[in-house]
Parts: sequence; C-alpha cells; structure tokens
Amino acid sequence: MSNQNHNEVSYLEYQGKYKGILSWILSTDHKRIGILYLISLMIFLIVGITFGLLMRLELLTPGKTIMDPQTYNAIFTLHGVIMIFLFVVPGLPAVFGNFFLPILIGAKDVAFPKWNLTSWYLYVIGGLLAIISILLPGGPSDTGWTFYIPYSVRTGTNVTFALFAAFILGFSSILTGLNFITTVHRLRAPGMTWFKMPLSIWSFYSTAWIQILATPIIGITLLLVAFERFFKVGLFDPALGGDPVLYQHLFWIYSHPAVYIMILPAMGVVSEIIPVFARRTIFGYNFIAMSSVAIALFGSLVWAHHMFTAGMSNTSQLIFSLLTMIVAIPSAIKVFNWVATLYKGSIDLQVPLLYVLAFIFQFTIGGLTGVMQGVLSIDIHVHDTSFIVAHFHYVMFGGTGFGFFAALHYWFPKMFGRMYNKKLAERTFWGVFVGFNVLYFPMFIMGWLGMPRRYYDYLAEYQIYHVISTIGSWILVPSVFLMFGYLVYSAFKGVVVTEKNIWGGETLEWQIDTPPIHENFTEIPAVTEKPYEYKSNDLITQFSEAK
Amino acid sequence: MFDGVSNFSQSTDFTFLFTLIVSVFFLVLVTFLMIYFVVKYNRKRNPVAKNIHHNTTLEILWTAIPLILVLIMFWLGWKDYLKQEAVPENSYVIDVTAKMWVWSFKYPNGKQTDTLYVPVDTDIALNLKSIDVNHAFYVPKFRIKKDVYPNQNRKMWFNSSELGSFDLACAEYCGLNHSYMYNKVVVMPKEEFYSWVDSEHKYPVKKEFAEQNSESSRN
Repeated sequence: MSNQNHNEVSYLEYQGKYKGILSWILSTDHKRIGILYLISLMIFLIVGITFGLLMRLELLTPGKTIMDPQTYNAIFTLHGVIMIFLFVVPGLPAVFGNFFLPILIGAKDVAFPKWNLTSWYLYVIGGLLAIISILLPGGPSDTGWTFYIPYSVRTGTNVTFALFAAFILGFSSILTGLNFITTVHRLRAPGMTWFKMPLSIWSFYSTAWIQILATPIIGITLLLVAFERFFKVGLFDPALGGDPVLYQHLFWIYSHPAVYIMILPAMGVVSEIIPVFARRTIFGYNFIAMSSVAIALFGSLVWAHHMFTAGMSNTSQLIFSLLTMIVAIPSAIKVFNWVATLYKGSIDLQVPLLYVLAFIFQFTIGGLTGVMQGVLSIDIHVHDTSFIVAHFHYVMFGGTGFGFFAALHYWFPKMFGRMYNKKLAERTFWGVFVGFNVLYFPMFIMGWLGMPRRYYDYLAEYQIYHVISTIGSWILVPSVFLMFGYLVYSAFKGVVVTEKNIWGGETLEWQIDTPPIHENFTEIPAVTEKPYEYKSNDLITQFSEAK
Repeated sequence: MFDGVSNFSQSTDFTFLFTLIVSVFFLVLVTFLMIYFVVKYNRKRNPVAKNIHHNTTLEILWTAIPLILVLIMFWLGWKDYLKQEAVPENSYVIDVTAKMWVWSFKYPNGKQTDTLYVPVDTDIALNLKSIDVNHAFYVPKFRIKKDVYPNQNRKMWFNSSELGSFDLACAEYCGLNHSYMYNKVVVMPKEEFYSWVDSEHKYPVKKEFAEQNSESSRN
C-alpha cells in the first residue's frame, strides 16, 4: 500500500506507541476504531443471520421441524437483541460515522478520541454479556427483544444478563452520539458552514441527538426491570400493583426513536452516493437536510403507535396516530428528492448505486406499509402479525441493511486501498435483492390474513407463505455470506487502489490519500462551496452552447 | 383478501384498500422513474449531466399531496376506531379470561366454555382479563384485537352477521405455548344459541357445532 505523500504513512501502516494487535485495540484513531467496529459488528451480524436462518427453517412446516418451542422462543429473542442492539443501532454511525465523519468535515479526529475507544470497549462488553446470557444455566432469555412485563419478570431464563447487555450497549451509543455532536459543532474545517456540510453529516448529527436524548430512558427502564426481578418493587408488575402499560410507554419512548437512529444514517449514505454516481448536484439539498432534523424531532413523538391495541385513551390514540402520519412526510420528501437527483444525471450504475436504488425501492415499501399501520383501524387488525415483521424488516434490513452494504461498497476502496471484484459484487447484489424480497414479502400477505408473529407453530393455511419465505432465506443468506467472503478477501488480496478519487466524488474524503494518512489531512482544507456542486457540468454545457 | 365478517370488517377493509391503492401508486411511480432515469440518463447515452439545484413548486407539491392523503387515511382509521371503542349499552356481555395458554369464556348465567359461542346479529361485549401475563384477543376475520392484561380490565365488542366458526388467536407473546393459544369463535343462529346457553349441555349438541368443538381442541 503506497501513498503519494512520502512524509506521511497510511493509517493502516502507522506506528504509534504500540505494535501489533495492541496498535489496533489501544488506538484512538477514529479510522482504526471504525475498523474495529466493522469487524465486531460483522461477527455479531453473522450470528444474528444464523439465528434468523434457523427460525426460517423451523417455520418451513407446521409443528416441529428442527427445534422445540422453548428453543424457538430463545432464538427469536436472540435474533432481535443481537440485530437491534449489536448491529443496526450502532451500525452505520459506529463504522462509517467514525471512519468518515471527521474526514467529511475536514477534521483530524473526533472531539474525544479516548471516549471513542471507550465506546468500542463498552460495545464489546455488552456483546459478551449477551453471549454469556446464552451460555449460562437457566438458558437464553425468551422474552422477545421487547422484554414485555410481566412475562420478563416471571420467566426463569437469563433475562437479567440480556438486560445488562442492552444497558451497557446504551452507554456505548450515548458516547458515540456525544462525540459526533461535539465534533460537528467544533471541528468543521474553515468555511464549512452548516449548509455546506455533506448530507450524511446532517444525518449523523440528527441521529446523535436522538442517541443522547433517548438512550438514557431505555437504560433506566431496563435497570428498573432488573430491580423488579430482584427486589419485587412493583413498578410494572401488576401482581405487585405495578402497571405493565407504563413499561411499554417507557420502552417505546426509546425504542421508537431508535428506529430513526437506525434509518437516518442510511438515508445520509443514500444522499451521499446518488449525486456521485449521477455526477450532478443533489436535488433539494436544504429539504433533505431539514427533513433529517424533522424526522429526528417528530420521530421522538410517535412511540405509542406500538400500543394501539393496549387500550390507551382516545386522546392518546388520536395524537399518536396523527403524528405517525406526519412523520411519513419528511421521509417522502427525501425519497422524491433522491429520485429527482437522477433526472438528467449522467448515471454510472455501479454496485453502490445498485444497493442505493434497492434501498429506495424497499424503503418505500417499508415506509408505505408503516403509514398503513399508523391508520388505527388497520393497525388493530395487523398489530402483532407477520405484517409488522415484514414492515420492519423492509425498513431495517431493506433500508438500513442495504444502506450499510451500499456504504461498504462505496467507501471500501478508500478504507482499505484495495478493490473488490466488481462483476462478482454485481452478481451478488442480485442474489441479495431477490433473496430479500422473496423472504420478506410473503409475510405481508400472511400477516394481513391473520398470521400472528412470534409463533412457533401455525395453521396449515399459512404454510405456502412460510415455504416461499424460507426459500427466500436460502437465496439471501448464501448471497450475504458470499459478499462478506469477497470483501474480506479483497481487504487483503484485492487489486491495490492508490487513486484518490475513484468514483468522481466531490466531498473531502476523495481529496485525501487512499488509504487515508494517520491524521487524514496534511493541511486542513478550506471549504468554499456546498458539496456535490459538479461545476464542470455547467462549464461543459456553457462551452457547447457557446460553440 | 376482503373476507371479513364482522360489523367492522367492511370499513376496515375499505380503508386498507384505499391505503393500498395509494401505496401501490407511489411505489410504482418511484420505481418506474428510477428505472426510467437510470436507462435514459445512462452515462453512455448522456455523458454530461445537467445540474438542477431545486424546484420549489415541486417541493411544495410533493409535500402537500402526500400530507393530504395521509390525513384522509388518518381520518378513515380514526372514525372506525371510535366505533370500535363505543360499546353499545344493550350488548350481550361475556367475560373473557386469558391464562397461559387457554381462553375461558363465561356467559351471563355462569356457564363457561373454552370456545366462544355467540348468537348471530347481536352486539357482543367482551370483558377481557388475564390471570397471569399479557395476552391479546384476536379474531382475524372480525378485524378486532385487544391486549389483555392482568389486574386491568379491557373491553371490546363486535357483531357478526355471518354464521360459522372463525379462528381466535392470542396475538401478544405469552411464553412457551403462545402459538397454541388458539380457539374458535362460533357464530350460531339466535334460537339455537339461547336454548343451548340455558340448557344443561356443556357444548351445543347440534352436530355441526359439536364438530367445531372437537376441531378446536387441537392442543
């Protein structure tokens, strides 16, 4: 891995105080921490995918296929806990936010590099606690990732470990959020005003606010559940005079905004990738930037739409249904602006753009079905059915997951100074795309027909949809594993890339060395323009008109 | 798709159809435009892009139109929800008790069954209660669902105009045998229902309903 600037070595080769593995796990370089997160996230993602695959296998036939109900209940809980707390929530901010946020705003690192490393250690400790909860006697938690009371105080499984895992992971998330907010406020390059920031920064910034405002609520709530289990306090457990609906409110006050923690960064990546591959300026920069803020704001006020069948007051139903409708609008604005950015572009359909287009398609399905669920009478029917499961997988996986894959393929050459096989990547994309839709779309249909979720067994009439769905998993999972395979291979053995700007991007990461040097910039750049201006287009047009 | 049989199902299905049509329209529009632009403005065909920064008219249009549509959807759902919440005063009241993992139904005269028998064309009010963890009373064909809590009372109602037997499920995860907490709602002709409920028989004696009953005890 060579670099053009002989005075500085790439962050991959940089020698600090420590050598070998210590130079990674004790590094405070935001790029190395990003890579640490990437590796650990991938490991948990593989575990989560494996649990998902096992669930689909069990559901291939009614009755017992490969496991008993207790195992199934534990597996859907672990699948949820791992995917939510260990993959999708940290996901894009921890990996790509850490690696690229400082570079995109022209900074040498985040504001608090040591806290940044601490957040990774908290993540690892949280992850290990989750693993321990599987292995200890008592068995893995079987409550679902929602830990609804009273079941979560009654069950004899290792709920407490899972709760503490989520509690500690919350701190990891808060530290990342705090770091990003401070970094964006304090460390922008000279000339980079708020409306000259790349759109992914707006996304990471909005996300960070939700992280630090909402995460403490889940932290304290999960602690209270642990208290309830040990000391029988009687906050939530009706047998002790508590209120189980209060628990649901507290849980969703975090867990709904968390949905936006998950999706906003992916939206940022989409806004970053489209102008580069359409080679033109983004359509409606201000609208996309402000819609991120609007989503963060309204998204924090819609939590009780998870509880429309809980018997809340009519006033609550009215407010939460209405606000849920409103929060759809900024997402719609983003989608329309993205599509408009393709208009009269000069489009190069590379792998990152393929994932982005799939994101828009799947996020639109996920978003529109989300609107349906905001409608009270429809939600009463589809609540807690596989319709919901389909909906949030379209948003979390079809959206955030595909956004993550898009970011991986987009920034991979910059991060590792090596390139993957584009042909192979393109073919793999089609496997992932087809597999995903075959796996999750049938769940909408059977959900509308009345198939409840979290069901080990089901009535024969739903089998056809379960079979199609399981077949989808046989397409999706091998394709995703193939992707991981070629990416890991390419990180070590791929074709070397030294070119600074292989995609023709105009944001700051494409002006620095590939891979970046230790502190990113030899000289902090001065910013004078909005991102994605593509002035050369105007010059060429003027030139040809003059002729 | 539209096979609901209760007094609520028709309007819920209509609302669903409306949202579905709107959703399919926008999905097709967005997908079509993406594919069309990618083909038409491919780099080979269109080597130089044109910069368009924004268009305020378009932004206002695609904010206002979806906003109006979602407000209509909201209103459709809200008015149906209000109807579901207003339990008619002269309803026939049945007490429902949920426990891991069976349902129990108690009629006004004290008779108890594990399958729910109701007279046709009658407003039925259900008092829901759990004796252990959370459950949810769900009859897909009636388009109704309500969570059932311990130590808290919930109410719901329906009126079925169609005879027959319909699946009744627990929709809120409640532990090991959650997926076996299934039973049936059997809608009977009025005379038959009342003569049964006041009789000595534990289950309706008429052949078709006895069959329903043996079917429902699958766990």
